[in-house]
Amino acid sequence: MISYRLITRTIIALASTAATLNAQTIAITGGKVYPVSGPVIENGTVIITNGRISAVGANVPIPAGAQRIDATGKIVTPGFVNSATQLGVQEIAQVSDTRDMTARGKDNIAAAFTVWEGLNPNSVMMAPARKEGVTSFVVVPTGGLIAGQAALVDVVPGTTTDMIIRAPVAMVAEVGDPQSAGLNSRGELIVKLREVLEDTRYFQSHRDAFDRAQTRPFSASRLDLQALIPVIEGRLPLLVTVDREADIDAAMRLARDYNVKLMIGGGAEAWMMADKLAAAHIPILTGAENNIPAGFAALGQRQENAGLLRKAGVEVALIGNAGGGDEEAFNVRNLRQEAGNAVSYGMTWDDALRAVTLAPAEFFGAADRVGSLQPGREGNVVVWSGDPFEFATRAEHVFVRGREYHEKTRQDLLIERYRNLPGTHNAPPPQ
Amino acid sequence: MRAFLCLLLIGAGACASAPSRTTTSPTPRDSTQADIGRGATSTPNADPFPSTYIPFPSRTTVIRNVNLLTAAGPLIRNGAILLQNGKIAAVGATVDAPADALVIDGAGKYLTPGIIDDHSHLGVYAAPGGNALSDGNEATNPTTPQVWAEHSVWPQDPQFPRNLAGGVTTLQVLPGSANLIGGRSVVLKVVPGRTVQAMKFPGAKYGLKMACGENPKRVYGQRGGPSTRMGNVAGYRAAWIRAVDYRRKWDKWNADHKGDPPTRDLGLETLAEVLRGNILVHNHCYRSDEMAQMIDIAHEFGYKIRSFHHGVEAYKIADLLAKEGISASIWADWGSFKMEALDAVKANMALVNAAGARVIVHSDDPSGSQRLNQEAAKAMEAGAEIGLPVSEDQAIKWLTINPAWALGLDDKIGSLETGKNADVVLWTGDPFSVYSKPEKVWVDGALLFDRTDPSEQWRTDFELGFVPFNRN
Repeated sequence: MISYRLITRTIIALASTAATLNAQTIAITGGKVYPVSGPVIENGTVIITNGRISAVGANVPIPAGAQRIDATGKIVTPGFVNSATQLGVQEIAQVSDTRDMTARGKDNIAAAFTVWEGLNPNSVMMAPARKEGVTSFVVVPTGGLIAGQAALVDVVPGTTTDMIIRAPVAMVAEVGDPQSAGLNSRGELIVKLREVLEDTRYFQSHRDAFDRAQTRPFSASRLDLQALIPVIEGRLPLLVTVDREADIDAAMRLARDYNVKLMIGGGAEAWMMADKLAAAHIPILTGAENNIPAGFAALGQRQENAGLLRKAGVEVALIGNAGGGDEEAFNVRNLRQEAGNAVSYGMTWDDALRAVTLAPAEFFGAADRVGSLQPGREGNVVVWSGDPFEFATRAEHVFVRGREYHEKTRQDLLIERYRNLPGTHNAPPPQ
Repeated sequence: MRAFLCLLLIGAGACASAPSRTTTSPTPRDSTQADIGRGATSTPNADPFPSTYIPFPSRTTVIRNVNLLTAAGPLIRNGAILLQNGKIAAVGATVDAPADALVIDGAGKYLTPGIIDDHSHLGVYAAPGGNALSDGNEATNPTTPQVWAEHSVWPQDPQFPRNLAGGVTTLQVLPGSANLIGGRSVVLKVVPGRTVQAMKFPGAKYGLKMACGENPKRVYGQRGGPSTRMGNVAGYRAAWIRAVDYRRKWDKWNADHKGDPPTRDLGLETLAEVLRGNILVHNHCYRSDEMAQMIDIAHEFGYKIRSFHHGVEAYKIADLLAKEGISASIWADWGSFKMEALDAVKANMALVNAAGARVIVHSDDPSGSQRLNQEAAKAMEAGAEIGLPVSEDQAIKWLTINPAWALGLDDKIGSLETGKNADVVLWTGDPFSVYSKPEKVWVDGALLFDRTDPSEQWRTDFELGFVPFNRN
C-alpha cells in the first residue's frame, strides 16, 4: 500500500513537472479570427494557455509574459481536421510491411480491428501534413465488408497513446462493392450485414448462454460481435463507404431497421438524394475534386456534390486528397485544396472551412476537443498568410496542443542537400 | 455541343447552314501509294492510320479586355486576341475586330494557351474502368514496341470532355509502364470524334513509351523476367541492339534495292524510327540514378530522350537534364507510394526550372489532368518557400509551350502568338487561383466548351442516359 501511494505521488509529481514545462501562454493578436463555432472576429485575439485555448475574442486581455504572435493581416483558424485517411497506417503503398490499414478478419468481417494499434507516429508524412495546417485526422481501416474501427488523433509527436483524441470514433463498413466483401451481389451484401447486426443483438442479450456455449453459431467472431454492440446501441456511428444512390438508400434502410447512427463516406451520388439525407440527418464525408464516372457505382460523380449536399442542409466534412490513389496519405496536406475546390463548385467559403474543422469534429464526437477556437479546446491553431484555401497562402504558425511546430520535414532535408548541385555540368540559364 | 451535333448530322442534311464539311472518314488510299516505301520501310512518312481531324466550325472571335498569359512573353494586362480561321490572327494590347467578329469581353478574366498534358492514359484506361476498358498495358512481354496506343483508345471515354472542361486541348496518350518498352504514344486533340483518327493531331510525331525501375520488374519478376533493375537495363540494350541492326539492313536496302527487302518487324520499325529521330522518347523514370543510366543508354545507341516522366528525383540531376536538353514531366506533390517515389519534394519543379531544364506539369491521372493549373500553383508556392519564386509568366510555360516542345509541336501550339493554332482557354480568373476555372475553351478557333452554356458541353455516347447531368 505504501509503495502504491508512493508511486502515485511520484506520478503526480512528474505530471506537474511536465505541466510546468509546458506552462506557456501564447497570444495570437491582430488576426482575422475564424472560431468556426461563432462569427468571424476582425482584429481578434486567441490565447493558448498550457496547451489549451483559454480565450478568444476582440477585447481579450493579454496575460503578462505571454509569447506574442502578431497575426495582423493574417487569418487565424482552428487546425484542420482530415476526416478520413490512411496516414500513419500506410507509409509506402507498395511496400507491404508499411501497410497496416486492412485486417483479414473472418469472412471479411473485422469489426474488432482497431486500426490505430498499427499507427506509426513516426511516419515521415506526419510533419508535411502538419506543416500545411492539418493538426488532426481520422485514421480509418479499409477493405472487406466491415473494415474495423476508426480513431481521431492529433498530429503530435510521441506515441499513439499521446496522439489519440478519441478511439474508436466510428465503425467502418464498405457497401456497394460485393467483390471486396467476398460476396456476389449488393443484395447479398446487405443481407450479410443484417445477419451480423441480428447476431450482435442476439449476442448482446444472450452473453451468458454464449459463454456456456449454448447459442447457435454466429456469423462473426465473439470479438467482432462485441465490437458491434455500441453500433446497434447507437453509441458508435457506422461509417459506410458507398457511392451509388441505390446503395446509399439500402444503407439508410438498414440503419433505420437497427437504429444505427449512419455516416456516409465517399457518397459519389449522394447529391441525387440530398433531401432525404438531410431529412435523416446523415452526415457525409466526401471530396470536391472527383467528377469521373469511375465505375458503374459512381456514374453520377460530380464536383458539385459537397456544395449541393450542403445547400440541401446535409452536414458535410471534406476529405483531403479524396480522389487520391496510392499517394493519398502523403497528400492529406491537400485538404485545403479540396476545400478551395468545394468553394469553386458551389459551397460557401464558411461552410468549406467548417467542413475541414468543426464538422468532422462533431461527426466523431470530439467537438469538445478540436475543430473550433473556443476556451477549453486543444490549442490547435493555424495562422495563415492569407486565404487558407489558396495555393499562394502559407501556414505560417501551426500550433498543436499549444506547441508550435517548425520542424524540418524529410522533404526539407532533401532540398537542403540538393539545393546546390556540385556543378559537374554547366547549366544554361533558365528558359 | 451544338457544333458536334451538326457535324454528325451533316450527312443527313440536317444542318443546312453548316460549312461544307462532308465527312470525317479517311481519304481513300490510292493503291499505288501502297508501295513498299510506305510504312514498310519505316520511313519518316509512314502513316498507316492517318489523322482525319478537321477543325470544327468556328467564328471569327475577339476576346478583349482580358489578361493574357501568353507563354511567349510577359503578361499582357487588359489585352486582346483575334481568333480567325482557326489561328491566332493577332494578339496584343489591342486588336482590330473584323466586322463579323464575335466580341467577348474578358474583364477580370485570363486567357491562356490550351493546356497540354503530355502524360495521359485517357481512352486506353477509359472510364468507367474495369477489365473491359483496361487497354493500356500489353503486359504479355516486357518489350512491346510493336503496339500503338491509338489502337486502344476509346473515343467515347467520358474522361475526354472532362479534360476539355479543365482547359486541356492536347493530350499525349501513352501506353502504361508495365513494359521496358511499352509502345507508341499518340497525340490527340481533346475533341469529339467517332474515330481515333478524327482526334489525332495532324502531323504530330509519335512518341515511344519506355519505363524504368519497379514496374517492369514487378510485373515480370515471376514471369520470366526481368526481375531486377540490371535485368531491365539488359532488356533495353538488347532491344536497341536489334533496332540498330534492323535499321542498318533497311537503310542498305533502301539505298540499293538489291534482292528482297528485309522482313518487316513492327516493333523494330518503331525503334528504328526512334534512332532516325522521327519518334520522340518519353521515359517513365523516378530515380536520378536510373535517369542517368537511361541517358547513357541513349548515348550508347544514338537516340535522344525527349522527356523523363514522373522524375520525382529530377531535382537531384537538374543540371544533367539541362545539359542533355531533356525535359522533366513531373507532378507537383505525388510521392511516397513506392520506394522509387520516396524522395519526392514539392519544390522539384522550381529546382529543375532554376537549373535551366524544361519543366512540364504532367498528370498520369484523369482527375489531376483537369487541374494542371492547380498543380502548377502548388509547385510555385513550394518554390517561393525555398526562395525560388516562379512567375506566372514562367509557370504558364510548364503547362503549355514546354509540353508542346516535348511533343515536337511547339511551332503549332503552346503559346499565344500570331499564326499559332487558336487553342485557347478563357479562365474565370487568375488560373493559379483555386477559385478559377476554364469558362470557355477553343480548339483551332472553334468553341468546344462553354461553362455558361450547357449546349456547348460535349457528352460522350457513353454518358447518354447513364450520367444524369451536364457539367456546369
